[in-house]
Amino acid sequence: MASHGIRDQVAIVGMGCTNFIENWGASLDDMMIDAANEAYASAGVNKDDVDAYWFGTAQSAMSGIALARALQLQNKPVTRVENYCATGSEALRQASYALASGAYDLCMVVGAEKAKDTGFQGLNAFPIPNDGTARTLTAAAMFSMIVPAYGNKYGVDEETMRAALSHIAVKNHFNGARNSRAQFRKEITVETVEKAPKMAGTLGLFDCAGVADGSAAAIVCRAEDAHKYTDKPIYVKALSFIAGNGGGLTDPTYDYTTFPEIAACAVDAYAQAGVTNAREQVAMAEVHDCFTPTELLLMEDLQFSARGTAWRDVLDGVFDLDGELPVNPDGGLKSFGHPTGASGLRMMFEAFLQLRGEVPEERKIHSLAEGRKLALTHNLGGYPGEMVSFISLLGAELD
Amino acid sequence: MRGIISWGAYLPYRRLDKSQISAFIGQGGGRGTRAVASFDEDTTSMGVEAARLALRSAEGSASSAPEVLLFGTAVPAYADKTNATAIHAALRLPAEVPAFDMGASVGSTAGALRLALSTVGNRLVVTSDMRTGLAGSADEANGGDAASAFVIGEGDGVVAEYLGGASITEEFLDRWRTPGEIRSKVWDDKFSELTYVPAGRQAYKNALEAAGLSADQIDLVAVAAPTARIGAALASKVGAVKVVDDLSATIGCTGAAQPGLLLCNALENAEPGQTIALVVLADGADVMILRTTDRLAAYTPARSIAKQLDSGAPLAYGRFLSWRGMINVEPPRRPEPARPSGTAAARTTDWKFGFVGSRDSQTGDVFLPPMRVSSDGQRTDQMEDAPMADVQGTIATFTVDRMAYSPSPPIIFAVVDFDGGGRLPIELTDTDLEEVAIGGRVEMTFRRLFTADGIHNYFWKGKLIRG
Repeated sequence: MASHGIRDQVAIVGMGCTNFIENWGASLDDMMIDAANEAYASAGVNKDDVDAYWFGTAQSAMSGIALARALQLQNKPVTRVENYCATGSEALRQASYALASGAYDLCMVVGAEKAKDTGFQGLNAFPIPNDGTARTLTAAAMFSMIVPAYGNKYGVDEETMRAALSHIAVKNHFNGARNSRAQFRKEITVETVEKAPKMAGTLGLFDCAGVADGSAAAIVCRAEDAHKYTDKPIYVKALSFIAGNGGGLTDPTYDYTTFPEIAACAVDAYAQAGVTNAREQVAMAEVHDCFTPTELLLMEDLQFSARGTAWRDVLDGVFDLDGELPVNPDGGLKSFGHPTGASGLRMMFEAFLQLRGEVPEERKIHSLAEGRKLALTHNLGGYPGEMVSFISLLGAELD
Repeated sequence: MRGIISWGAYLPYRRLDKSQISAFIGQGGGRGTRAVASFDEDTTSMGVEAARLALRSAEGSASSAPEVLLFGTAVPAYADKTNATAIHAALRLPAEVPAFDMGASVGSTAGALRLALSTVGNRLVVTSDMRTGLAGSADEANGGDAASAFVIGEGDGVVAEYLGGASITEEFLDRWRTPGEIRSKVWDDKFSELTYVPAGRQAYKNALEAAGLSADQIDLVAVAAPTARIGAALASKVGAVKVVDDLSATIGCTGAAQPGLLLCNALENAEPGQTIALVVLADGADVMILRTTDRLAAYTPARSIAKQLDSGAPLAYGRFLSWRGMINVEPPRRPEPARPSGTAAARTTDWKFGFVGSRDSQTGDVFLPPMRVSSDGQRTDQMEDAPMADVQGTIATFTVDRMAYSPSPPIIFAVVDFDGGGRLPIELTDTDLEEVAIGGRVEMTFRRLFTADGIHNYFWKGKLIRG
């Protein structure tokens, strides 16, 4: 089985990202137009320069027509992509492979979600006709099962688990407070986290990511063409995707302390990028912090922390904005909310800004200056036991 | 010899302390408790539970397999569509076994029992009822919810032989309701009593004659009546040695389930060689006389009434009212579930109704729901059925969901590892959060998850094994 990757073959040369908010006044089309126009301008290209489009939305629209109509594209191929919460990332993966194949020279990726028009709390999937026996649990409840399982397995008492989870929430909101595009821009305290109403299991309101509307876009080309568009292209080092087979839901050996799909995805991504020690080589990571325990486990599945030790690294500040390996420097899903089709590209937008040195001073990370060169973005979709995983590695320099 | 081969009584887990009623609503209530079906139960699902107990007790009796399923209730979950077929599916009876509903009256279940006792071939009789009434009413306080089931047939397996019976039919207004209403109306209790008692005495006398017995030869009499008072009035006049507890102080008058439930109670309190008279007062009177056999000594109910009486848990009256649709409680702000697909459900009847997974015939891996492809992806269609409804399991981990839609939030949810293989993350019912722990033991129970577009979505949940 081969997974060769396309290291240094494709570059991101322009990006755009709307504010992520409960955007009552803007439609899906409005947000896509704004993100796309920002991306065209960022790359200095016109609509007609782009050969093909990939459009990620989980359930705000169907088919490529939704994007073609909004942008009034003229006879362009537009592929609509859906892959759970990794939808936006997956759209970029597909566009990148189309470029690497030589089929097109310049592609655009747009991810967008109008999540707040349902009137319901949380994210709600389209009901696909079924026999009525499927689980109807919320994602919060499924992910909440990590907390006691992890604590029991590694002998971490409830108080320490709580402290680690609260640290993650406080850290991500601290970062988000420094980001004008984030939905929640207030720092919060441990006390706020711990006094919040309980949603599922021991998870309170601030252990859960919010929901928002938003759109993000990227212009991608082959690496050899990148300098036609920008002096600061960001190169794709790895794109890895795994769709789990749901085995964890029915396999009695699965213990809710790891996401096997993500661990496998990380191995593939690091092999594609030539990473041998993620903890030492990765400068920053944008990870899928849908719930605080999710981020905790990701630190281990992404090989940033040894098994059973992520809680300690979290509490030691390793992943803080000024830490050794900042995680979610833009504020993460916790601060942005999660417009499903856009989130993956929003993560890449932060990597794009950080690697190009374009973030405001107060959000700047030190690890890049200290010689680390890679940014990682990670999405997951689904639940413990049954999920999709996406990982990208990006860098500002060709190897 | 023809008679009862096995029985099963099912009492729902929750008990309403009737003293709560007047404190809350300013009238009604009284002393004692009544049994309350959970928000996820109906007469069909309770019937399944009773039938599972009866069939479990019949295991080991030669040729006790049911040849006809009869289901009686005054509150059918569906009109037009047969309800007995859902029970049939949950029990995984062969397609060749017919399943019939008996009509929506209390008296229908006495008819089902008499028909089954006085015909040939094996019969599975299932009776079930939920009694409601308006808030503060006598029916609300004195009613109860329960189900019972009997395997009836011939041969050495019979634990209670049918000796004979008699009926007196009366057309008069005792109680009535038009279909779809939640309350019944009653003409006049005294009028009912003065009509029922003579009818009951006449039927009793005729039944004794049919059985060739005298009144003093009856050891136990059980009287199912619209009210405990009418039942007691009749019982005091028939001259039996002992009157079986009618469970009115603990479970309540369970309507169409009551004849079966009281017969179960009589059998559970009888010695071998005793005669039992079951009297049913419903639009007339029906009497059935049975004599227990020596085989009763070796018979252990799968779950006795006494054990279920001990294991009930209290329910707040407000919850009771919301479960019965008498008050509306704010639901979580989440979409209500879509109606289940009729065609999808038809493809998965064994899974949805029978809780049958698949077992990889090579590796033994159990799949819930059933799968066609092995877990390594290498082999297709090398599976056998894995019936899991009667397999117990252990809680691997659990959580509580305060946001998900439920007719009675929050949802308690556990990852259950089944003995001998198989795992399923599944909702727990009849469970309070403080009782749940990793390592807790769980059994499966047939429930109605929700109703959408008038479609009752039946499936299985876990519940803690108690006692």
